[in-house]
Amino acid sequence: MTNHWVDIKNANLVVVMGGNPAEAHPVGFRWAIDAKIHNNAKIMVIDPRFTRSAAVADEYVPLRPGTDITFLLGVINYLITNDKIQHEYVRHYTNASFLVRDDFAFHDGLFSGYDEQKRTYDKSSWEYQFDEQGFAKRDASLSHPRCVWNLLREHVSAYTPEVVENICGTPQDRFQVACELIAETSAPDKTMTSMYALGWTEHTVGAQNIRAMAMIQLLLGNIGMPGGGINALRGHTNVQGITDLGIMATALPGYLALPSEKHADLRTFLATVTPKPLVQGQVNYWGNYPKFFTSLLKSFYGNKATPENDFGYDWLPKWDRSNDFMYTMSAMEDGKLNGCICQGVNMLAMFPDANKSIRALSKLKYFVVIDPLDCETSSFWENHGEFNDVDPASIQTEVFRLPSSCFAEEEGSLVNSGRWLQWHWKGADVPGEGRDDTENIAGIMMAVRRLYEQESGKASEPLLNMSWSYTNPESPSPVEVTKEMNGRALADLIDSNGNIILRKGQQLSSFGQLRDDGTTDSGCWIYAGSWTEAGNQMARRNNADPSGLGNTPGWAWAWPLNRRVLYNRASLDPQGNPWDPKRKMLWWSGTAWTGFDVPDFSAAPPGSPVTPFIMQADGVGGLFARARMAEGPFPAHYEPMETPIGTNPLYPNVVNNPVARLMENDTKNLGTSAEFPYVATTYRLTEHFHALTKAAKLNAITQPEAFAEISETLAAKVGVKSGDMITIRSARGLIKVKAAVTKRIQKLKVNGQDVETVGIPIHWGFKGATVKGHMANRLTTAIGDANTHTPEFKAFLVNVKKA
Amino acid sequence: MTQDIIQRSATNGLTPPPQARDFQQEVAKLIDTSICIGCKACQVACSEWNDYRPEVGHSVGVYDNPADLGPKAWTVMRYNEVVENGKLQWLIRKDGCMHCDDPGCLKACPVPGAIVKHANGIVDFVSELCTGCGYCIAGCPFNVPRQNPADKRVYKCTLCVDRVAVGQEPACVKTCPTSAIMFGSKDSMKVRADERISELKTRGFANAGLYDPEGVGGTHVMYVLHHADRPELYSGLPKNPSISPLVHFWKGLFKPLAAAGFIAAFAAAALHYTKVGPVTEDDEEGHHG
Amino acid sequence: MANQKDVVLRHSYPARVAHWLTALGFFMVAVSGLGFFFPSLHWLLGIMGTPQLAQFLHPVFGIVMVLGLVVLFLRNAPHCLPEKGDGKWFQHTADILKGNEHHVVEVGHYNPGQKMLFWKIMGLTLLLLITGLIAWRPYFADLFPIPLLRLALVLHSVCGILMMFLVIVHIYMGFWYKGTVRGMLYGTVTRSWAKKHHPRWLRELATKGNKNP
Repeated sequence: MTNHWVDIKNANLVVVMGGNPAEAHPVGFRWAIDAKIHNNAKIMVIDPRFTRSAAVADEYVPLRPGTDITFLLGVINYLITNDKIQHEYVRHYTNASFLVRDDFAFHDGLFSGYDEQKRTYDKSSWEYQFDEQGFAKRDASLSHPRCVWNLLREHVSAYTPEVVENICGTPQDRFQVACELIAETSAPDKTMTSMYALGWTEHTVGAQNIRAMAMIQLLLGNIGMPGGGINALRGHTNVQGITDLGIMATALPGYLALPSEKHADLRTFLATVTPKPLVQGQVNYWGNYPKFFTSLLKSFYGNKATPENDFGYDWLPKWDRSNDFMYTMSAMEDGKLNGCICQGVNMLAMFPDANKSIRALSKLKYFVVIDPLDCETSSFWENHGEFNDVDPASIQTEVFRLPSSCFAEEEGSLVNSGRWLQWHWKGADVPGEGRDDTENIAGIMMAVRRLYEQESGKASEPLLNMSWSYTNPESPSPVEVTKEMNGRALADLIDSNGNIILRKGQQLSSFGQLRDDGTTDSGCWIYAGSWTEAGNQMARRNNADPSGLGNTPGWAWAWPLNRRVLYNRASLDPQGNPWDPKRKMLWWSGTAWTGFDVPDFSAAPPGSPVTPFIMQADGVGGLFARARMAEGPFPAHYEPMETPIGTNPLYPNVVNNPVARLMENDTKNLGTSAEFPYVATTYRLTEHFHALTKAAKLNAITQPEAFAEISETLAAKVGVKSGDMITIRSARGLIKVKAAVTKRIQKLKVNGQDVETVGIPIHWGFKGATVKGHMANRLTTAIGDANTHTPEFKAFLVNVKKA
Repeated sequence: MTQDIIQRSATNGLTPPPQARDFQQEVAKLIDTSICIGCKACQVACSEWNDYRPEVGHSVGVYDNPADLGPKAWTVMRYNEVVENGKLQWLIRKDGCMHCDDPGCLKACPVPGAIVKHANGIVDFVSELCTGCGYCIAGCPFNVPRQNPADKRVYKCTLCVDRVAVGQEPACVKTCPTSAIMFGSKDSMKVRADERISELKTRGFANAGLYDPEGVGGTHVMYVLHHADRPELYSGLPKNPSISPLVHFWKGLFKPLAAAGFIAAFAAAALHYTKVGPVTEDDEEGHHG
Repeated sequence: MANQKDVVLRHSYPARVAHWLTALGFFMVAVSGLGFFFPSLHWLLGIMGTPQLAQFLHPVFGIVMVLGLVVLFLRNAPHCLPEKGDGKWFQHTADILKGNEHHVVEVGHYNPGQKMLFWKIMGLTLLLLITGLIAWRPYFADLFPIPLLRLALVLHSVCGILMMFLVIVHIYMGFWYKGTVRGMLYGTVTRSWAKKHHPRWLRELATKGNKNP
């Protein structure tokens, strides 16, 4: 989230699209209700299904799964056409005025630089025009034909209400309602908040879905504003935390990059990743990259990391391709892996294409599952009749189950969607033979390290040189690990005036104290300040709200630097006056920026040319993404990999995302609308959390048995009524579930044909306290987004029959 | 707890229950259906606080699980899909005991003290005394109490009488993530309801209103409804609930009538025998001419 | 006490057993029924141990009563069919209440008043059985809609009370007509009793002449 949960109460319009917070985030959704009751806000839900969120919304707008970009670009087209733009904001705080290279182009669904063979782009044309000093050229009048503003206007002009209706199936009158509501928040004193989750990310165009909304928020001047922002709703207890700590296969903690094989040494690497300012005088905070990265290496390798050995840079693994879980499963299926350690995920139930997962896991020699429960994953080899029809005798994989703790059986910090690190205390001891996650993983590490020490082996340096100075190396305590994440001074730190900032061994209080000379370490630079010499900041529980806007700086600690609303300088105009006096968060004291929140800005005084987006090399919000996205600087409509209409009405030559990640063994398993005529989408119910809580009786009671939701028209066609069993088949597998016939899913008219949607909750399996059920992921495809490699769980094709 | 019982089942007005501590505000739970997301947290909280677990059931193609109220399901969410003015609405209602001011269950109960009403308005079943006759089930205008086949006693929401007695809100109120369930004095809840209703009216729900039916003397569980003119849209919430005339007759007029009948029968027998004397078996002796 | 020669068999042994079984059943259901019906008589439930036991046993004894009545029905229904001359008996109700039945009519196996009582008891029993089954917890009640349950419970009470009135009449008659009770205790009544109250029955016995005239 750019903002945070409580801040949602400040919104005038809550747009729920690509998520279903009432269902999946019922506790946080209280703030949307709060906005409604106390801020007279409207809630609008844009979703293929009339969800629990829609049940309390003022407006519900339907659309076909996987067509969000068309809808959102249609909104942008409306905003520009009807002049519903926060012009001052756009002029000063976005790259609307920046000039783009002349060779950048978009034709027939492809941006310039496409390589069909490699399914990738040469992105060099996706760039600004630069002057002699290397700074981007701009046209403040927005009249230059190559300025971002005009390119955007041109790009979205194709997305008319008629096109939106034709592709999304959204009736034009409903689309009009949505546009009007959104447009109202272009007023400087009105904000819209965007609440989204996996409904946007789990598409082959997932990241571009989010970008499209981010662009709208920039055009409306809603980024940096209380009650505005782009707010990702994080699901797992600590999925924000694991993201911060480098969930991507090519990332390191703190959103630092893992070097690739192209980066031979530290200097080359840092030169590549450290940006230079693209506009004169901008903060360009990522310019401090070397400090963050060196401190991370010091945290990894301790005393072994010295300037002479590039702080152990050579010991880092260098990637050749993104070895994320989808690639790994494919490699496993191809027999390229011997072993696997699975921790913190019930992968058989949660990964796409469960039949593929079983084929893959069956090829392993050994498989270690660290889990609190006897889950599907560690029992993939058990025959459970129709629910898991495998032949145990033919599976030779040796499975080790290491029982572990649940979140309530550990102390530590959890990072919520609003980036708050909240310390929590253990509620109970781990039962039975279970051990903490840290103990399990440290135990494996220590055992392997001992083997290397005793028997030596190839490339053992990363393991042997790892800093591991915990009181009990077999079981590092959460306190020790958390303090390590924060980082500390490894020598007395002295500022430019010769004053001692920190003494050797003291905890850092800000990442501003990080050095690139090896005198600081930090396991995750954005967490610096969470555990300072003043103690554990995450354990603070002061709920005081001096702003009255739900900003509680004394409650826990938010990264970065306890800042609650990112880009908050953008809530003020260039002269430092709030766009909306009721939402005044910051002000200039005469000598410095101060306020209710920690200013997201440098010390540049009001009226200076320094702009609020200090993490960007250009200092502004990017309507044009340059080379940072895989598909292009602007979003464009591409059909899901499995499309019910078999074509792309806008760009017939480019049906799907041209750079979506395909692996051969997945492309073989794609279905067509002739055989699989209905669109399926998978999702959570409020009663369950993924495939975990079906082990809990209370959850099982509230949603005991697998079902799928279908429209009344589809039910009539298939010949079933609510409660009947149906078979749902995709090109990957089949499931049998109860039919839930509902008005909440409607047939849509798309490109001249009827499109039916089948809604499939994901919670059941062959383990747990619920009625045994088929895993929804027998059906899904393992083809993923080009940027994040998130699989397309939300739009694929199936057929439905009466069972 | 036992000194503030202002109404007690099967108890004569001549021998009233202890009610000295009657200087209490009536309490009420207010359920705002317009902001209820149907998450069932209240169901789970109820299970947890009251230590019951119903069986894991089956899906019948709707979100209602458990499918009905039960001896181990004192509150359930009921979901109904309706189309109003061309707009789909998913009306979600938390069902459970309404804690009527004039409780039909209490009126029907034949066991002295097995159902009580506290001064704060909470209607509670004293399960220790319950015989399992099920009259309360027939007496309730809302079809709420449910019998447990295992112990034959009848159960329903207690409005967390144990929590309320020590100044806490009921468990469902405590857990409700959107504050759709509120709790306080009945007067304050009515004020809160008025605010919500006027807000709903500004959003186009002209018939928004409070459900606090007079037919049962008002209730201590009230609903804010978008369509107060048609409560039956909310999975069959009765429009004008009241205690059935049959129950009134059964527990009212019929009892003195029957008692009078018995008195009359015994009196007639006694008077007749005294007047006529026995009919002997011997023809001669019995012949009085 | 008349000697053996002066008595005739009025009620066979199985009939007597059935009657007293019915009586036992009735007593238990009536007492517990009163306990359920009148809160001030709630203490009557203690007769069966506890109120909860009473709740359990009430329908059980109800079934006992019904079983007894089935036997009595099969045995007595033929004797309780209307006959010519029953009308005359009713015309003399006032005389009969004065104890002059034997002067005004010649009664057969049962007098029309007894017949009417028989059919009323059988009818009420049927209603009590149906309504009782509907309300029987925890077995059947939940199968029926609440309005029907409500009606069943009220009807059950009404029928139960009416039944008690009938039984009061029945007991009083036995008490009033001396020599009647022994018939149900020992099976036999004196010839003079029979001659006085059921002369036509006595004659029919003699005509058949097959046993113990």
